[in-house]
Amino acid sequence: MVTAQVAPVLPERTRRGGRVAGTRRGDGRAALLYLVPAAVVLLALMAYPIYQLVVISLYDYGQPQASGAAPLVFLGADNYVTLLSDAQFWDVLATTVVFATVCVAGTLLVGTALAVLASRARPVPRMLLFLAALGAWATPTMAGSYVWLFLFDQDFGLVNEVLAGLGLDGMRGHSWTFERYSAFGLVAGEIVWCSFPFVMVTMYAGIRAIPGEVLEAAALDGASARRTATAVILPILKPLLMIATIQSIIWDFKVFTQIYVMTNGGGVAGQNLVLNVFAYQKAFAGEQYGLGAAIGVVMTVLLLLITGLYVRAQRGVR
Amino acid sequence: MRFRRTLAVAAFGVLAIACAPPQASNDSPRQTGAAGETIGATTGELRVWLFQEASNDAKQAVVAEAKAEFEAAHDNVTVSVEYLPVDGRAPRFNGAFNDPASSPDIAEFGNTDLAGYTASNGFADLTGDVKAWPDSKDLVPTVLDTAEVDGRTYGIPWFTGTRALYYRTDVFTELGLKPPTTLDELTETARQIRAAKPDLYGIAVGGKYQFALLPYIWANGGDVAKKDGDTWKSTIDSKESRAGLAQYAELLRDDICPPAACAQLTGSQSVAAFAGGKAAMTIGGDFNRAAVDAGAVKGKYAVVPLPGTKSGEIAPAFAGGNLLGVFRSSQKYTLSLEFIKLLGGKKYQEKMYEAMGNMPTFSDVQDRIANDDPFLAPFIETAQAGTRFVPATPAWTKIDAAAVVPTAVQQVATGQLDVDAATKAAAAEMNEAFGS
Repeated sequence: MVTAQVAPVLPERTRRGGRVAGTRRGDGRAALLYLVPAAVVLLALMAYPIYQLVVISLYDYGQPQASGAAPLVFLGADNYVTLLSDAQFWDVLATTVVFATVCVAGTLLVGTALAVLASRARPVPRMLLFLAALGAWATPTMAGSYVWLFLFDQDFGLVNEVLAGLGLDGMRGHSWTFERYSAFGLVAGEIVWCSFPFVMVTMYAGIRAIPGEVLEAAALDGASARRTATAVILPILKPLLMIATIQSIIWDFKVFTQIYVMTNGGGVAGQNLVLNVFAYQKAFAGEQYGLGAAIGVVMTVLLLLITGLYVRAQRGVR
Repeated sequence: MRFRRTLAVAAFGVLAIACAPPQASNDSPRQTGAAGETIGATTGELRVWLFQEASNDAKQAVVAEAKAEFEAAHDNVTVSVEYLPVDGRAPRFNGAFNDPASSPDIAEFGNTDLAGYTASNGFADLTGDVKAWPDSKDLVPTVLDTAEVDGRTYGIPWFTGTRALYYRTDVFTELGLKPPTTLDELTETARQIRAAKPDLYGIAVGGKYQFALLPYIWANGGDVAKKDGDTWKSTIDSKESRAGLAQYAELLRDDICPPAACAQLTGSQSVAAFAGGKAAMTIGGDFNRAAVDAGAVKGKYAVVPLPGTKSGEIAPAFAGGNLLGVFRSSQKYTLSLEFIKLLGGKKYQEKMYEAMGNMPTFSDVQDRIANDDPFLAPFIETAQAGTRFVPATPAWTKIDAAAVVPTAVQQVATGQLDVDAATKAAAAEMNEAFGS
């Protein structure tokens, strides 16, 4: 009911503008002209690299080919066949999906919870909360990863020190990055830590934008706090939540630095590999640019699919 | 409308056909591999890439001396040197191969990179010229081998590095131990030390320390791969290689070097653990001396060659080291060759040893410095007992990048797979990379 009040304003205006038939053509041209700068930038920075990525993925393109020492061989879909028949790829893909899901869920949960907290807190604690969040947000990924590694260091880390001090003697010299799930958990913690501020700030802005009258009306209708949250606040926040979710999915699916730094390039015996680190190893360390490009294409398609499905699902709900 | 559609289809077609991935063209003056004739320009700027070292000032001083000597002997020639960080070398070298016009003339590079560079037409064939160089007969043969691919020489070995066994003299004396004379004895000694001193690793080695593992495989009579006609075939799953890998993985146990700490250690991390006083032994190179002396164990350690499987044997060491080569796209081949013969020659190798501790590649220079510096004796003994090398094929770059061999060690050390299964998987992956 609330969305019905807020949303229709825009469509009506555009409809009225489009009704004047004689200027429609001229408008279209003007619109095209206005879009040209953005289109040029997008074509140069997005379309062309993706086009090159696709082209390279169709060739046997390694360092000898790039430097002209070996002839270019057109492979067609061979790189994709190699990739899709590689058991390790499927393994890494599944790991990446699960890992990204956990990170997205964690980020949204922590971010939203803290946004709610911030909207209820007094100014000073709220400011402290925001300062802490912005600090985490502003920390470069590389620095953040190392700080977390130091905190959880086996011999000199603060965490082990504190745990041992609390009487957990088994934690002295405990390695957080040795076991597979422990290492993933540590990295997921760092990722949630550095990405929740975006969700928090977005959701906080959304919560503050909810008109007081709406909540008042709900209260007058006798809605419980829980019902206000699920039937009033959440539907209003849905578009924002969707943006935050899609952003998080894309970020967490593409995570590279944290895994690369914190698990030392993919963990013991490659147990912590995610798709992006895997692609890096194939493409750059192994100098198989063609195969690496194929992984890139597969990743792009997957992300577009996930995002597309999610957007469609959200539309259906509305 | 139809016109537009045709145009669009045509444009897409042209794009798809015309825009194959970019390739560089190679059209510099050709080197024939024959000695003597002057190729390319003999004046102008000579651009040189050298690696940036931890103590680079000392290196720069020696190189500046060579530069001054060379410029004085050649009119209208200037030498300009750029120092590259070792870690970021791949994009720089690949960039130079992809864009011959902006490539330098000369570079220092690691011998394990050679096969990949050669496959990219990166460096000029020096075979004839090195053979015609009188000093080259004094180069240690197994070291010169590391500058060759398919029988052609692509560089002058500038320095070599071998690894040997570092051990703590104070710990050994206190426990009444002697340096091990076989690899089995080494395992036993390491276990005894950790039992007596639980805060020390018996020996600091790691799952990612490939150059400590390789001597174990070689000492047991195995190898990672064997050349079979034109292709390579992995032999990591042979009986001998498995024995070596198992013997090495035995060190990554809780009673010697606990896998939770050691499974991820690299070479420099292993040496750092020893230097920091956390281990009673490690496998380290002559080039690690400064790092160890900077740590807590300065003056409390000694070095012996890493023993083989039988008493009196030395485990074959990996012949590490850097080469000086001439870029294939250089327009000043002969001039470049003259410069690397100077900088890579006996006089400047000895100066580099004095400045940096780099071990020379000429046997007569080695002998001379071994007399003056007892620290180097075990390394030179190891080098002269015969060194080995990784497969000289560009496929090794892929295998190395995918960490195939370290992964096998880690799988065994963590108990995920037994030796047979881990080496079988590693062999399959290597063979796929070799294309055999």
